[in-house]
Amino acid sequence: MSDIRFTDQHEWVRVDGDIATIGISDYAQEQLGDVVFVELPEVGKELAAGDEAAVVESVKAASEVYSPVSGEVVDVNGDIEATPAGVNEDAMGDGWFIKLRLSNPGELDKLMDEAAYSEFVEGLQ
Amino acid sequence: MRYLPLTETDRREMLGVIGAKSVDELFRDVPESARREGLVDLPRRKGELEVERIFSRMAEKNVAAGSVPFFVGGGAYRHHVPATVDHLIQRSEFLTSYTPYQPEIAQGTLQYLFEFQTQVAMITGMDVANASMYDASTGCGEAVLMAHRVTKRRKAVLSGTLHPQYSAVVKNLSDFAGYKLEIMAPALPDTAEDIISHITEETSCVVVQTPGFFGELHDLRPIAEAAHAKGALLIAVVPEIVSLGAVTPPGEMGADIVVAEGQSIGNGLNFGGPYVGLFATREKYVRQMPGRLCGETVDADGKRGFVLTLSTREQHIRREKATSNICTNSGLCCLAFTIHMSLLGEDGYAQLARINHAAAVSLAEKLASVPGVEILNKAFFNEFTMRLPKPAAEVVDALADKGVLGGVPASRLLPGVKGVEDLLIVASTEINTDADRAAYQAALKEVL
Amino acid sequence: MSGMNKQGRPTSIGGGSAEGARETFTGNKALQIEEPLLFELDNPGACGVDFDEPAEFTSHLGNFERQGRIGLARVSEPEVMRHFVRLSSKNYSIDAGLYPLGSCTMKHNPRINEKVARLPGIGDVHPLQPQKTVQGALELMNELSHWLKELTGMPGVALSPKAGAHGELCGMMAIRAALTARGEGEKRTRVLVPESAHGTNPATAALLGYKVDAIPATKEGRVDLEAFKSKLGPDVAAIMLTNPNTCGLFERDIVAIADAVHEAGAYFYCDGANFNAIVGRVRPGDLGVDAMHINLHKTFSTPHGGGGPGAGPVVFSEALTPFAPLPYVVQDKDGFRLVETEDEANADGTQPFGRMTAFHGQMGMFVRALSYMLSHGSDGLRQVAEDAVLNANYVLASLKDDLSAPFEGPCMHEALFDDRFLKGTGIETLDFAKAMIDEGYHPMTMYFPLVVHGALLIEPTETESKQAVDLFIATLKDLARAASSNDKDRFTGAPYMSPRRRLDETAAARKPVLRWAPPAPAQAAE
Repeated sequence: MSDIRFTDQHEWVRVDGDIATIGISDYAQEQLGDVVFVELPEVGKELAAGDEAAVVESVKAASEVYSPVSGEVVDVNGDIEATPAGVNEDAMGDGWFIKLRLSNPGELDKLMDEAAYSEFVEGLQ
Repeated sequence: MRYLPLTETDRREMLGVIGAKSVDELFRDVPESARREGLVDLPRRKGELEVERIFSRMAEKNVAAGSVPFFVGGGAYRHHVPATVDHLIQRSEFLTSYTPYQPEIAQGTLQYLFEFQTQVAMITGMDVANASMYDASTGCGEAVLMAHRVTKRRKAVLSGTLHPQYSAVVKNLSDFAGYKLEIMAPALPDTAEDIISHITEETSCVVVQTPGFFGELHDLRPIAEAAHAKGALLIAVVPEIVSLGAVTPPGEMGADIVVAEGQSIGNGLNFGGPYVGLFATREKYVRQMPGRLCGETVDADGKRGFVLTLSTREQHIRREKATSNICTNSGLCCLAFTIHMSLLGEDGYAQLARINHAAAVSLAEKLASVPGVEILNKAFFNEFTMRLPKPAAEVVDALADKGVLGGVPASRLLPGVKGVEDLLIVASTEINTDADRAAYQAALKEVL
Repeated sequence: MSGMNKQGRPTSIGGGSAEGARETFTGNKALQIEEPLLFELDNPGACGVDFDEPAEFTSHLGNFERQGRIGLARVSEPEVMRHFVRLSSKNYSIDAGLYPLGSCTMKHNPRINEKVARLPGIGDVHPLQPQKTVQGALELMNELSHWLKELTGMPGVALSPKAGAHGELCGMMAIRAALTARGEGEKRTRVLVPESAHGTNPATAALLGYKVDAIPATKEGRVDLEAFKSKLGPDVAAIMLTNPNTCGLFERDIVAIADAVHEAGAYFYCDGANFNAIVGRVRPGDLGVDAMHINLHKTFSTPHGGGGPGAGPVVFSEALTPFAPLPYVVQDKDGFRLVETEDEANADGTQPFGRMTAFHGQMGMFVRALSYMLSHGSDGLRQVAEDAVLNANYVLASLKDDLSAPFEGPCMHEALFDDRFLKGTGIETLDFAKAMIDEGYHPMTMYFPLVVHGALLIEPTETESKQAVDLFIATLKDLARAASSNDKDRFTGAPYMSPRRRLDETAAARKPVLRWAPPAPAQAAE
């Protein structure tokens, strides 16, 4: 199992080699409610950490998804574009958003691990 | 006061419940310097009879369009509105309801909006339409902003066929929002405009009006092709929606966005507003479309119903990231449009358009016979432009003195533009009789 | 005893429970009649108008003649009448009942306004007729301007904006124009907007390229004056502030705020959505406001019409008046004149920033608003504000122990509650509101303003009688009691009795169906 990290904006990133898979946390999908629309970036786009990477919308809210790390977009999840419900069903797995080729792996160290994130979310409730 | 149900007794009792001595106490958060003790310097209340008298006196100082031979167009057209329309839009449930944010008790509004969207999409030959904009001029501004979002470019090219006040509205918005704009010189009907050579890789959209400001019908196909080849969108503007009962819709000529003025169907002249902006586009651009949208769904019992949808585009959710700051549509004017269009139906709409065209053709023939008058148009619907041997503004003034409202002098909307002073834009619709046209011909002969 | 029930007529309304409601063959429920879409009524050969074919003529359409069918429904006049009457019966309306939507000012719409708007000399006048034939229309616009200026204590007005948000845009454009005129248009890039603002405020500022900077609220629901002052600077163009604010409170520090804004060289835009609370009692001009739009469909009773048309004239301070957009009306010795061109305006000594719309604005709404103003007069309008504020405070005082109020009164024209009173019940603000529908009420504004949790914003307006407000209060008390006594079904499944129950907005947004389409043709045998 590869290492998973979280941002305080509720994105997660999981790294495998130099490829980072990015999505939104289970807590985030629950807060959003039924996801109805996802807009993903184009493959090949360069993102810096903190850049707006995608948009996710429910009936009542629209949120930007920020890239937790820097890199080039190498893949996007067409499945959730076609069936946005996938984000609600498996936010941490099949409901991923994009894959990046990491350009600065050191950025990962600034992010929370699973335990720290759980604690962070508990603090919000 | 007849609109205020509370009596002095009520007020005293209510203040008691609140625990305030006087109503002044409720205003105690107002800074003392801004509290007004006395009444503002305006007249006191009036009964209904007196109010009606005041407006009747003002109304008498206007020449009502229906009281004279009337040929004014230029983006607003006088048509007959069936009595059914005005009766229905005054029903309390339509007139005095709010935006349908509680769909369970607003299905009446939502269903007619869905029907309106369908009618507009059908007529314009497009995939989808929104639940209306304020009017065509503001719709043009929104269409240009939308094209910028779709293409991620920042420059629009406005054809000289576009109504000058629509251009002015787009220019104002573009200037303030920091977008580039190129406005072509007025496109007179007897000269060809070369807009295609102005489309570049920088262009987000070209905006072309048909019938144009001077009444001419324009072929959008080559412009659409050229725009698409450069990755730009074509925005087609239709100032007179009755025209689409007879002429090829922009959707069949390659338009990506259609903006139209819907006033002609169901809505009166009202000295310029309220009108109803029609806005239609291709399915693939729907999430970039401004304005309200109504969509079909089901309720908890599985019954068909309608809701406002895709509202995450809108200001109340997106705030500074919204597609537009618009909050209102033209609700009741949409309803008037929908009802009138329902009465017309497929056959009535086509017939109405045919009658309008015939009326304008007949008028053009009559006026062309007046010495010194030249009709400039090759192809037109219910409006055309004539060149006069005198400044058109003076002619219109003199005609008004003879009891004929003869059209719009081009110079009124194109002040300071050379070569348009002698142009008069004239419209004729189903309201004009042969006697009206004969009166116009006679008056024009005398004036020239 | 007299009046005995000798006929054996049942005295109760029926023994069955709600579950016993019968399904009908048609799906109708007595006066609630199901109605198909217009397009499903299509009947080839039917038509709702009669025209005479024009005499023989030569077409001048060139090669633009339309080909093929459009697809519009063919229906006769009685069917059209019935269709729309049935649709109307599915709507709630202010004419039918109390409509407590906070911030929307759903007040009585007098019908004299409708009548005068339809006078031929007013409704049947073209915007481009020669000006000498429309002197009455220009006089009307001038008179409305006069009333708006007097009521707000502001010297300038632009009538043309088509609705409130359009008015905001107009006001902010005038501010930019004034800044540009003094060479500061480029350097002032930030607009301050309180967290509690209407969504149109940040959307408007963003449209003009401004960076939106949110001002926090205090625990009392007002702008935090110190936080606000710390955000001021030479890059601030304006503050956009609603007053009374969206929590229904008057901004006590408003004069200090205005002074600080002006000292910093910025302008004060006031969102006038809530003007109804202060009309005739407080003039925004006396508070230091530079620009404010007025929703004629709120304060001045023009009908909401199911979401429009509105009208959003903007009043201006001395500093901004010269930049007001085209067109505007002036009165001189020859009568009234509509200034439509820049040259003409410059000759008058003004520098209009541009044009908001074709023609001259929502004349149809001007008539109705002026009719309302004349009816009320200066005395009636002052009473409007007082009764609106009284009704709202009466609601606040009567319900503060049953619901939960986040802020101390007095409030202005609307009373704000939050969802603390629902805590632990499993019932949300939305459920509470939906249960009101079954009781015959339109819900209040929900989840706005954003500064309190699960907001319920109630604006009764001045045109509700004490009797009507009392019944409304009693209803909400009953609902609050039911919520706390675990009668959850009354809420979470509500509404039960409306023409439609809760609608699936998720499905609507996931697979948008935005128009009717003819059913796919059956695979017909050739």
